[in-house]
Amino acid sequence: MLSTQAFLSENIFQKPETAPTRDGFGKGLVEAADSDARVVALCADLSESTRMLEFQKKYPERFVEVGVAEQNLAALASGFAAAGKIPFITSYAAFSPGRNNEQIRTTISLNDVPVKVIGSHAGISVGPDGATHQALEDMALMRVQPNMTVLSPCDSEEARKATIAAAKSDGPIYMRLGREKTPVMTTANTPFEIGKANVLWKAAAPQVAIFATGPLVHNALLAAQQMDGDVAVVVVNIHTIKPLDRETIVREAKGAGSVVTVEEHQIAGGLGSAIAELLAAEAPVPMEFIGVRDQFGQSGDTKELIEHYGMGVSHIVDAAKRVVSRKSQ
Amino acid sequence: MQALSDADVKRLETKALAVRGTIIEMLVSAGSGHTAGPLGMADIFAALYFHILRHDPQNPDWAERDRLILSNGHIVPVRYAAMAHAGYFPVEECLTLRKFGTRLQGHPERTKLPGLETTSGPLGSGLSQAAGMAYALRMDGSQSRVYCAMSDGEHDCGNIWEAAMWAGANKLWNLTGIIDRNNIQIDGYTESIMPLEPLKEKYESFGWHVLEVDGHNIPQFIQACGEAAAVFEKPSVIIAHTVPGKGIREIERDYRWHGKPPSKEEAAKFLNELRTMEGKIASEHQ
Repeated sequence: MLSTQAFLSENIFQKPETAPTRDGFGKGLVEAADSDARVVALCADLSESTRMLEFQKKYPERFVEVGVAEQNLAALASGFAAAGKIPFITSYAAFSPGRNNEQIRTTISLNDVPVKVIGSHAGISVGPDGATHQALEDMALMRVQPNMTVLSPCDSEEARKATIAAAKSDGPIYMRLGREKTPVMTTANTPFEIGKANVLWKAAAPQVAIFATGPLVHNALLAAQQMDGDVAVVVVNIHTIKPLDRETIVREAKGAGSVVTVEEHQIAGGLGSAIAELLAAEAPVPMEFIGVRDQFGQSGDTKELIEHYGMGVSHIVDAAKRVVSRKSQ
Repeated sequence: MQALSDADVKRLETKALAVRGTIIEMLVSAGSGHTAGPLGMADIFAALYFHILRHDPQNPDWAERDRLILSNGHIVPVRYAAMAHAGYFPVEECLTLRKFGTRLQGHPERTKLPGLETTSGPLGSGLSQAAGMAYALRMDGSQSRVYCAMSDGEHDCGNIWEAAMWAGANKLWNLTGIIDRNNIQIDGYTESIMPLEPLKEKYESFGWHVLEVDGHNIPQFIQACGEAAAVFEKPSVIIAHTVPGKGIREIERDYRWHGKPPSKEEAAKFLNELRTMEGKIASEHQ
């Protein structure tokens, strides 16, 4: 059943409200700027679609247009940070951190300055734009850089909170956002702390722990509800890919004895890999991975792509049942 | 910046000579690293650290300091040597260059050594960092200037031109670029690898004020920095024509010295050559 401590929306299973995670970022950025004059925003010719427009209207003197130049975007922001600012940089994840990976590595992560890299339109769900624009490796790229924190909020409200938390953090941060409207599961009262995972659903004596990140957390909850009374499930929202909440993940994996990871990202290098690295050392249990399997995407609408690439509710249910059956082997 | 007296010029040339000597000593001790670039920029770094920059070696984070960004991080021995002679750290520490546990990493890292403004080495991104700093400092009404030393070879990188376009568009009058125009890069001469000329016209068309100087003529370089500081509504760039390896006849203009250090025997010979050259570079352009 849904955790009461997560203070989730009431209509989470029936017609939930929907909003893109990028909307929550846009709101959070203005709130962060309201309380800290050091916050500046650098944009690569995508102020509307990366939701910097409200910030730009309210704080035009703190908004910086860079043009279609993502390498410059990252290295400029490093300079702003070195001069005492807290820069947020936005583009599509396919270009930032896709195109400017080295500038992020050298001038932000190794240089250890508080630049907040915001990769919007991440994942297969960007849909009709096709494979060129579907970033499926951004978390992997950012996770392997020392000093870098990696956030992947599950909904618009969590993205708002994550943005405010990012502005308060001293270090470099990568946050991935989606383009599409997705269910708003959390509320203003849902706790959010970088590095602290949230249990959203927990049956008595769970048989499988589902660790999910991003908007697919909703599919994980739908899968848990569908299996209710059949397979006992715990669903944990992993909004921080790095640093992982080791304590919660190890505790829930040990408690359930099997694990399914769910992400809209290549399985290689993303959430599933990160959790496998942790559990192999500290609590080895059977695992199944939901995510993209070493393929590029293609044009299509969001729902059909999520189904085609094996990230739908039925895929999560099947993976959960499969991994539970592996426990007895 | 104060006007230069003859005694000032003499003092700066002596500093440049000391910096060259330290470069040779540290490269021999390291057993790897770049020789030609650091030697070629010794006069400019002496002018920067001992005359042009507003800075305080005892207080490297002084908010009102001028910022010097080194984009082509591989010539950092010249910066380390100049910083040591300016009093940021003991000159003897230069001998730890590139060794395990050192603050003097093979390429400069801001978090390792106070007084470095950025981390650099991968070419082409220093001008962006300098431009970001210049813009942020201007937002805060700071009087600090930002200097960005670059190589000519790294102008092959697209990132530099992204930054040049942005700095021009934003009229960053508090930014001065310095290009070490020594005409060499790893595979050969710049004009045969990837021609950069007409470099002056390229920058001008991007909205920059461009100056050209002899990079071994300290008074001329200082005068150009003064002119750059006086130009309003435009960033400036100084194309400094230098001789790679300047000061050691065997190294001068030989691109094969780009990425190797001298041996112990060569170093002894080179240091002796430096000791006898005092005043020689100055006399060349009198």
